[in-house]
Amino acid sequence: MTPQIAVFLILAAVAVAGAVSLILQRHPIHSALSLIVVMVALAGLYLLQGAEFIAAVQIIVYSGAIMVLFVFVIMLLNAGAEELTNLSRMARFVGVPLGVVFLLEIAYWIARATSHMAQTSPQAVSTRDLSTLLFRDYVFPFELTSFLILIALLGALVLARREDSD
Amino acid sequence: MKRGARLDVDLNCSGGVVVPTSYYLLLSAVLFGLGVVAFVFKRNIITVFMSIELMLNAVNLAFVAFSRALGQLQGQVFVFFVIVVAAAEAAVGLAIIIVISRNRGTLNVERVDSLKH
Repeated sequence: MTPQIAVFLILAAVAVAGAVSLILQRHPIHSALSLIVVMVALAGLYLLQGAEFIAAVQIIVYSGAIMVLFVFVIMLLNAGAEELTNLSRMARFVGVPLGVVFLLEIAYWIARATSHMAQTSPQAVSTRDLSTLLFRDYVFPFELTSFLILIALLGALVLARREDSD
Repeated sequence: MKRGARLDVDLNCSGGVVVPTSYYLLLSAVLFGLGVVAFVFKRNIITVFMSIELMLNAVNLAFVAFSRALGQLQGQVFVFFVIVVAAAEAAVGLAIIIVISRNRGTLNVERVDSLKH
């Protein structure tokens, strides 16, 4: 076993354990912390694949900004442990087979598709190449995302504003 | 181009044997499946929203794996855009959750059922 595969297996185990913990935890704040574990493990996997910029963005934007927003809202709304209802017990009997079937189907198609895929030797890509591509070929979508962020900001402000303030 | 101090040189280009792409794709599928299960299971609207983020992360992992396997950078550009859209989605979605919680006094998705009655 090469060190790369050992590192991959450790990070993959941490990510899957975090995702399972997200499902099993009853309290939303524990689920949020589990999701942060998954995201940090995924950042490690991006680093293993030589995608340093994506790894940094994953840590800063996902684990930093988005999850802080989640934790902030959970604390703001004082969300308690979720309650179990009849429908959620039914979802357990429907959801587990659904998830297992879905997983097996995807695993089958991946095994089938990658068996005859030529194993090319991956070449290292640099952040410089990525930024050249992003700011030259994809500069219009990049500018569009700034509009998207602006509109989302305004939408969030309008939605979360109290009605009786005016 | 000088790449002496780069981490991926140490990790990927030293031994020749790297982690196969199918491993990453399988992990991505497992995480996506767990996200689907969480989406069906969880009753708290914030946790349901978090399971969507988990599914987006699984797709990002597949994008990066294909980007490395095919030697093309477009996959990483798409991951960047997915992360940006996820940030915008989280901002709007959490604002909607705050409004729902304020209007209905609950975070349980089963109690938000006005359209059923």
